[in-house]
Amino acid sequence: MSAERTHRFHVRTPEGVAFSFRLASPLLRLMALMVDWMAVTAAWSLLATIIGVLSIVSRDIAGMVGVVSYFLLSQGYRIAAEWLWRGQTLGKKVMRLRVVDERGLRITFGQIALRNLLRFVDVLPAAYFVGGTAALFSRRGQRLGDLAAGTLVVWEPIEAAPDLASLPSGKYNSLRAHLPVVARLRQAVSPEEARVAWQALARRERFDALARVQLFAELAEHFRTLTPMPAEAVDGVSDEQFVRNVVEVLYLGRG
Amino acid sequence: MIVNLERFIAEERVHWDRLEAVLDRLALDHWHTLTLEDARELERLYQRASADLARLATFSAEPETRRHLEGLVARGYAEVHGGKSETTRFRVWPWLAKTLPQTFRRRSRAFVFAVVVTMIGVIFGGLAVAFDPGAKEVIMPFGHLLGDPSERVAKEEAATGNELDGRKARFSGELMTHNTRVTLTAVALGMSWGVGTLILIFYNGVILGAVAVDYVMAGETVFLLGWLLPHGVIEIPAILVGGQSGFVLAGALLGRGQSQRLAGRLRAVMPDVVTLCFGAAVMLVWAGIVESFLSQYHQPVIPYAVKIAFGTIEGAALVWYLTRAGRSGNKETRA
Repeated sequence: MSAERTHRFHVRTPEGVAFSFRLASPLLRLMALMVDWMAVTAAWSLLATIIGVLSIVSRDIAGMVGVVSYFLLSQGYRIAAEWLWRGQTLGKKVMRLRVVDERGLRITFGQIALRNLLRFVDVLPAAYFVGGTAALFSRRGQRLGDLAAGTLVVWEPIEAAPDLASLPSGKYNSLRAHLPVVARLRQAVSPEEARVAWQALARRERFDALARVQLFAELAEHFRTLTPMPAEAVDGVSDEQFVRNVVEVLYLGRG
Repeated sequence: MIVNLERFIAEERVHWDRLEAVLDRLALDHWHTLTLEDARELERLYQRASADLARLATFSAEPETRRHLEGLVARGYAEVHGGKSETTRFRVWPWLAKTLPQTFRRRSRAFVFAVVVTMIGVIFGGLAVAFDPGAKEVIMPFGHLLGDPSERVAKEEAATGNELDGRKARFSGELMTHNTRVTLTAVALGMSWGVGTLILIFYNGVILGAVAVDYVMAGETVFLLGWLLPHGVIEIPAILVGGQSGFVLAGALLGRGQSQRLAGRLRAVMPDVVTLCFGAAVMLVWAGIVESFLSQYHQPVIPYAVKIAFGTIEGAALVWYLTRAGRSGNKETRA
């Protein structure tokens, strides 16, 4: 396991396979906190109305139920939500955050309870100053509760799959006839490079003519250097068409 | 090397979907126990998905499939390699009867330390009030403790006992939540290497000592016992249990004489810290009810002897519970 940069956390399993978590930024966590605060406030408004009905029977009992309910709601909501929704509260769901074990293992109730109980120190002296400062200085963005419980808050963004249907299709793809080249390209091109190429194609009409030529020339040149290409796959093919061919073979049959 | 990626993904996706279905079923119930057959299938599917991910990792321009498979392997890894804990459903009675007292005894050194710190605070507070009456104004947190004890006793004994009518339940709720907040803060301050916990527990002792000496010097010892014992014999130990929990946390942070790394030390004490936190909270619920419904009534409404006897029985029961409960002849188990 390692944290090679501040924003990503890698786990290597005993089977020799690696997977990684993207660490949540303090801003995303703050926004999730605000959503949770709004959720608690809304839930309390509803609950207070119901408790108000109870005061018809006894104002005293209603008062006690109100005091205890507010305490349980404000302190217990996160514990209950993270336990029931596997590391997520409403705010975390909205912001696509999740609490995970720092070793990649299943998160336990003890971890969830401890990280939330230690908010009593993380919020000190006000506005999560202690917790926020700890998270800023922590390599893995952990506040004190996370440090004690051995948990991380990770970000699970949904990245939309490239919509290759938006590209003009039906053109002959000179690369498809060369399967070894296709296989090597799929190994050599990183997801980021593939996405950049697709984005360039999707936005091609918005570029100045000169910029468009330069951009696709650079991209085509980059892809050509990754693996030797047979002459018949590249001869007579414009840079832009070559990049389109590469994107199509990279994204399987979606192109 | 995968020669035909499209075919490879099409063939393997069936197994990935099966793994996802098993993981979804597990996610629905935290205490779901797999049969031997299901467990074997989960492991087989997980191993297969891991191998597929390793093979697919080189095909990095297939990010969605890879990310999906990576997520499945991560979830499978968490279930296959992290399965030991929490396989049994939580039950209140076994937790109260065994887990809590056993945990308390296992961490008794931290409790003794909390008691010693409190006692030093009691002595300090007592001496301060005994030798400097002006210290009361600095030490006492509540206004009603600043006056002359005898005047308060006379006023309380003249009361009819109806003063709290209509707000007893609410008052008990306020006491429960306030004391639980203070106790949980004492636990959380364990993350300051125990310094914050120590200060909070010491200050609690200072107040206790100051109040006790103030009333004893005024000749109101019986009133003091009748007032404090019914709820204090539970409330004060509850705060001490909170301090104990904070010191256990601090001990793991300091790691003195321990060879484990910090993360391992914290992981080792975590179940005990959480158990002690919830234990203290349960004790404070009881103390809140007693304080509101019993402690605030004085002689002649409730004779002091009854209140003192009640407090003594409670204290004896608590001592028995914490020192003897959960000892069934078997070796005590880890929470």
